Amino acid sequence: MVNGINLALQFLDSFAFIVLAAAGLAIIFGIMGVINLAHGEFILIGAYTATLAVTQLGLPLVVAMLVGGLVTGLFGILTERVIISGAWPNYISQQTLGRDIIEPLYDRLADSMVATFGLSLILTQGARIRFGNSIDQIATPFGAISYGAFSYSTYRIVLAGVSIGLLLATYYLFTRTDFGMRARATIQDKETAQAMGVNTDRMYMLTFGFGSALAGLTGALFAPVITMQPTLGDQFLVEAFVAVVVGGPSVVLGTALSGGVLGAILATFSNLYGTFIGRIALLVAALIALRFLPDGITGFIEQLRKRRQESD
Amino acid sequence: MSRSPLSRRQFLGASGAALATGLAGCSAGEGGTSTDTASSTDTLKIGVLEDQSGNFALVGDPKAKASMLAIEEINANGGIDGKQIETFQRDPQSDNQRYQELTRTAINEENVDALWAGYSSATREAIRPIIDRNEQLYFYTTQYEGGVCDEFTFAVGPTARQQLGIVLPYLVEEFGPDIYTIAADYNFGQLSADWVKVLANENDANVLGEEFIPLSESSFGSTINRIQEADPDFVMSMLVGANHTSFYEQKASAGLDVPIGTSTAMAQGYEHRRLDAPAMANIYAGVNYMEEVPTDSNTGDGGFVDRYFEMYPDAPYLNEEAETNYFSTYMYKKAVEQAGTTEQPEVVDALESGIELGTEEAPEAPEGETIRLDGATHHVDHHMWIMRADDEHNVEAVENRQIPETFLSETAGCNLPENPEQTQYTPVDYYEEAE
Repeated sequence: MVNGINLALQFLDSFAFIVLAAAGLAIIFGIMGVINLAHGEFILIGAYTATLAVTQLGLPLVVAMLVGGLVTGLFGILTERVIISGAWPNYISQQTLGRDIIEPLYDRLADSMVATFGLSLILTQGARIRFGNSIDQIATPFGAISYGAFSYSTYRIVLAGVSIGLLLATYYLFTRTDFGMRARATIQDKETAQAMGVNTDRMYMLTFGFGSALAGLTGALFAPVITMQPTLGDQFLVEAFVAVVVGGPSVVLGTALSGGVLGAILATFSNLYGTFIGRIALLVAALIALRFLPDGITGFIEQLRKRRQESD
Repeated sequence: MSRSPLSRRQFLGASGAALATGLAGCSAGEGGTSTDTASSTDTLKIGVLEDQSGNFALVGDPKAKASMLAIEEINANGGIDGKQIETFQRDPQSDNQRYQELTRTAINEENVDALWAGYSSATREAIRPIIDRNEQLYFYTTQYEGGVCDEFTFAVGPTARQQLGIVLPYLVEEFGPDIYTIAADYNFGQLSADWVKVLANENDANVLGEEFIPLSESSFGSTINRIQEADPDFVMSMLVGANHTSFYEQKASAGLDVPIGTSTAMAQGYEHRRLDAPAMANIYAGVNYMEEVPTDSNTGDGGFVDRYFEMYPDAPYLNEEAETNYFSTYMYKKAVEQAGTTEQPEVVDALESGIELGTEEAPEAPEGETIRLDGATHHVDHHMWIMRADDEHNVEAVENRQIPETFLSETAGCNLPENPEQTQYTPVDYYEEAE
């Protein structure tokens, strides 16, 4: 028997999980053509930072979460400067050897995957060495709401609200602000943007930092509900990649749409047939999407729009 | 990492032994290599392959540590029959392929006299063919679904029939007959769920529903709703691994407060220490051991807990499997001394004669009283406990008694000394209700 409220709440839950898991990955991939396989470990950094900020420093949960996002953002900038663009190592090598030693990884999909995969291994094992196989966990706030024989964690509903808020904020940032305009100009045509006085190097750095901060915030937001252990990032990777693939090139709209579609599929199937079948349904959906919409949902929309413009 | 440094004398002795056996053992063929070890010298070698990284690191790391504690204690007290123990210890990283490679290395290159390896049932099944082919004496120390009747394997952890067999009848009596089962979706979880059905039938209870959850899953919203819809008197949970731990936090925050019986939570991954209360409130673990088990040899002055944390002051918890690694090393010691040799067939014979701990000449196992290795089945008659966590995550012993492993001996008729075999029996073969 399907209970409508259960289904609705699970949809919200799946939607929030998919959107939050994918947000940072989608920005870094969609805008810079870098596949960040360390995405899960960026989530790990956010989750650990927030948890430790609460348990060790005694910060209030909301502040700890923002700290988690911030620290991950800074770590993202460091990663971008050292590994992705190689700006800092190149600066040093220019001084000493008189030439660059690192070729930036932008738009080099396979290369960026290998580099960030290595980073993810280092981060996972680093967390294990530094913090052990687990750290103490904070409890889920807000309690539960009850309806009939059922109850549901209030915090999971709050997460859904936060995910929508984050999407709106990201949309606003990239379409309504000076930063967003420069970032999009950099993506569309780097040389022209440079000619117009945009510091593209800086835009790359900040965009990567922003994507990383979103990943960290995701980890911080989920810290009270998932198990704190060094491989926790893995739990997000499948949903994140499926969402980015299904969503297509438009970052915000794509993430929102794929979160909606995949969330509905995941919620319906796991509600009706169990968690395992829900998982399978999600992967089958991704398979079908890849076969029939190779550019994702937003790629398809874009195609339709172009076709309509041509026929006009 | 936790390996005790060998003295120069031990090293020289060991190299001499290796050279001697190398010369003597050249003729050994495929399958015979495992027995031609350093038996005539003053060292013997134990292989310890336990997960110190990967998905099972949390539960596997204490196993490696406890093995090292037992080995260090034995070495400090003069070794086994005067022989010092050398170790071959590696981290297979929760990866079954690495387990297979390292098992081959331990047997064929390191010539270990006995091998302790593996946390999960999937790992055990991945390496058991290698062990059987090489006729290697092997200790599997995890609590597990039961049913392994193998002439070379000593499955010394408690089985589902022992663990669920103590906790399920208690919960039926306390809370009522309606059960909902959630279990990890691999052989351990599937077979454990079958055992729940068998035990439910034996105790006039019924299983309202069951769900199997992939090991990678960490969202339990729909599972929690399904449990609420079924409205059972209690839940039996055989969830496994770090990802599944999220269930307890999530059911608490969703306000699901039905009692939970388990063979996996708390005793292995010490969730009651890691999670904020009250995530584990009202959880009843059927186990042979937890750090909190109130026996003298465990929590008493200078007991197992004291000795473990003296050697590993930073270790977070002393878990169920660690104790099994610990006492089984002593069982091995007793068997070698009884056999008077490290030759594996003879040690197996000695083990099959029914080694006991807690008698005058052997130490008591931390889980309590006398425990006995059943020679016919290679399983242990464990001292079993029901441990309950309260709202503040304090753990107390609710009930305890010795429970022999009866599935293999009574139901399946496993008798390895008379009928050597390498089978895993499953409840579906014997019980209609398990189908």
